[in-house]
Amino acid sequence: MENLALIAQVQSYTAIALGLIIGLGAIGACIGIGIMGSKFLEAAARQPELIPTLQGRMFLLAGLIDAAFLIGVALAMFFAFANPLLARFG
Amino acid sequence: MAAAGPANSTEYITHHLTHLTVGKGFWSWHVDTLFMSVLLGIATLALLYSASRKATAGVPGKWQAFVEMLVEFIDTTVKEVFHLDRSFLAPLALTIFVWVFLMNAMDLLPLDLPGKIAGLFGLTHWRAVPTADVNTTFAMSLTALVVILFYSFKAKGAGGYVHELFTAPFGANPLLWIPNFLLNIVELLSKPVSLAMRLFGNMYAGELVFMLIALLGAGLFRWTVGSTVGFFGQIAMGAAWAIFHILIITLQAFIFMVLTVVYSAMATEHH
Repeated sequence: MENLALIAQVQSYTAIALGLIIGLGAIGACIGIGIMGSKFLEAAARQPELIPTLQGRMFLLAGLIDAAFLIGVALAMFFAFANPLLARFG
Repeated sequence: MAAAGPANSTEYITHHLTHLTVGKGFWSWHVDTLFMSVLLGIATLALLYSASRKATAGVPGKWQAFVEMLVEFIDTTVKEVFHLDRSFLAPLALTIFVWVFLMNAMDLLPLDLPGKIAGLFGLTHWRAVPTADVNTTFAMSLTALVVILFYSFKAKGAGGYVHELFTAPFGANPLLWIPNFLLNIVELLSKPVSLAMRLFGNMYAGELVFMLIALLGAGLFRWTVGSTVGFFGQIAMGAAWAIFHILIITLQAFIFMVLTVVYSAMATEHH
């Protein structure tokens, strides 16, 4: 019974951690994408002839900005389905 | 494959996240990752080789035109960033791009198909995406580190590079040698780590989302309202995620290639 309570505690803390990892990561990635997208549109409106050059770089940066968030999501998913902290209870 | 099938969703996902492993501890080999990556490497070489063998100066076929576009695109990208002789770096970039792209593209195969095919040969586990294994991505990024170091030594010479390691960001005062050196080591090591983790994280998360979507259709033959909605939801969401994933796999292959080139170009710059 005591073990069950401990397991429940680990699970609940893990759930909170998953929410924090994904939520905070999403906030950061969205702000980053938003800033970059608005700057890209500004630049494209000012100098439309630069659009092809800028577009490639924008996608490159979108991938870079998304990366840290997706690493966080992958870690969170890993903890959601194969929790190594929980596995210690056997 | 187990004849009874997985008992619940956690078991299903854990099964799909297990590599076919030979050996124990440090000397364990992920056979599925090794096999798939070597197979796709050979496929990369064979595809590009066939294009170069059949190339004509006359009217090009569709395949030749496509490969020419690809080579030209990569060459332009490398030329913009890297200003020295690129007879080594541009082919390397092409190889990285095509190989990583093909490895990532294994994510688009139906999720259970590789496992079922491996099951025909009596294998219990099979993960088809080599880049969703952290070993592959670190192997590639550490090779990229070797290339970066090679260009550092080539551009500055052994003495010049060591001199730069100890004097670069802050100055040549002997008091600053140790901080300079530590900072340079951190900078050098952060490159392969970020390269590898970026690719791995993207592919791993993508694979997991495919698994979660696959679980939606798990109750198909129970014929309840919920299971029917889940089945059609699986088709719709699977299609949407797969289309979005085409962007991600291309982008990540491109980023891995561009950053390798950018880091090499940074290595050749003098301070």
